[in-house]
Amino acid sequence: MGDAEFLIEALAGQLRELLARRGIADPALVGIHTGGVWIAERLRRRLGILTPLGQMDIAFYRDDFSRIGVHPQVRPSELPFDVDDRHIVLIDDVLYTGRTIRAALNELFDYGRPASVLLAVLVDRGGREVPIEANAIGARLELPSGAQIQLSGPDPLQLHLRTT
Amino acid sequence: MSAAHLQLDRQGRLLHFLTVEGLTRRHLTEILDTAESLHGVAERQVKKLPTLHGKTVVNLFFEASTRTRTTFELAAKRLSADVLNLNIATSSAVKGESLLDTLRNIEAMQCDMFVVRHEQSGAAEFIARHVKPHIAVLNAGDGRHAHPTQAMLDVFTIRRHKPDFPSLRVAIVGDLLHSRVARSLIHALNILGVGEIRAIAPRTLLPAQVETLGVQVFHDPRHGLREVDVVVMLRLQRERMEGALLPSESEFFQRYGLTEERLALARPDAIVMHPGPINRGVEIDSRVADGPQSVILEQVTNGIAVRMAIMSITLGHHARAIGENA
Repeated sequence: MGDAEFLIEALAGQLRELLARRGIADPALVGIHTGGVWIAERLRRRLGILTPLGQMDIAFYRDDFSRIGVHPQVRPSELPFDVDDRHIVLIDDVLYTGRTIRAALNELFDYGRPASVLLAVLVDRGGREVPIEANAIGARLELPSGAQIQLSGPDPLQLHLRTT
Repeated sequence: MSAAHLQLDRQGRLLHFLTVEGLTRRHLTEILDTAESLHGVAERQVKKLPTLHGKTVVNLFFEASTRTRTTFELAAKRLSADVLNLNIATSSAVKGESLLDTLRNIEAMQCDMFVVRHEQSGAAEFIARHVKPHIAVLNAGDGRHAHPTQAMLDVFTIRRHKPDFPSLRVAIVGDLLHSRVARSLIHALNILGVGEIRAIAPRTLLPAQVETLGVQVFHDPRHGLREVDVVVMLRLQRERMEGALLPSESEFFQRYGLTEERLALARPDAIVMHPGPINRGVEIDSRVADGPQSVILEQVTNGIAVRMAIMSITLGHHARAIGENA
């Protein structure tokens, strides 16, 4: 499907505006592995955020452990800042069922009690199975449930769409 | 079917963890990597993950061991499992029928995992052969045979300090004859491609044909400890010894005990390990055990993450196996 940088640009603009409106000066960004971390790195640079980047692998928080077990390539979660009373921006590549974000929120709150949490995603493809919506969205796509959209990276960042 | 095969499903994934023998580098690396991502949980506000929420883990200890049981219990609890501790006194022989009866009774309580410690070699394997298919069995030490989770926490600790395995020299010192820790550790180090493994012990405390395990044998620590990166001291297993295998503890210390002088023969950045509980002044001098090169307490901490990793991997594969059959 092609280059994702222009979507990052759009997402960064939205996020900048949203943070200004809310009066949040130095938020902490948390990327969800793997695509979310690539996007979060770029957003952090574009927004000039000083707080080091957080990374989360939600493998141990997934709701389908009883069906598929733990992913064999799980990476450590790392939040190199105090979550208590921080304004957090959670970042992922594709928002689909919403289950990943639910898991990520649960993990985040096990690190502390943030002041607020915003959700920024590169693509919202619809198909939600839980009541979760993003606050900033690079692009909205209505995709049938059989379609797959995937981000590859980190350099270049590219979106791949497959319909079966 | 051997224990090595019994613990894998048809796709070669771990269903039980009975022995390191027969596993591949991929199996061990998956455990180490998963443990690495679980290591940070202890530093968070909430030291708990929801992964095994709703599962029941039974610690089935036929042989007393407070520390091993405690770390398994903590590992299960940090994964949100419910834990049942059963200490079962038994005579020295496995009575096939009574063990099976015990097993059926506990199975009837709807459990998902058995952590088994037994003074008889092969006990965990026996249980794994007879449990219902949804139950995972972990070997927490069986006789002289194996202690695979200890071996994994040992290699995890080594990897955190010295990740370049091919260039490593590891010395294992002391009572290898009675040590299930040593057997499992030697297998793990070989599978992970550690450059050189040395066994340092008197002839009477070495298993027959220990060289076939892929170790170099030394009887004198003054030669064996030279230029090693890792020194693993073993506990002198007085309680497992029959007859006069060694003259006295003080003589053992004199010849093999790890003192500061002997440790100075190893590389200056060598680390000192011990599976615990340590016999101070028997296999290791207090100044070394509590010294700057000792990582003995780190091993205890790492044991929790490594056991969490093994629990989530094996139970996760059970989930998949059941899902695939459906």
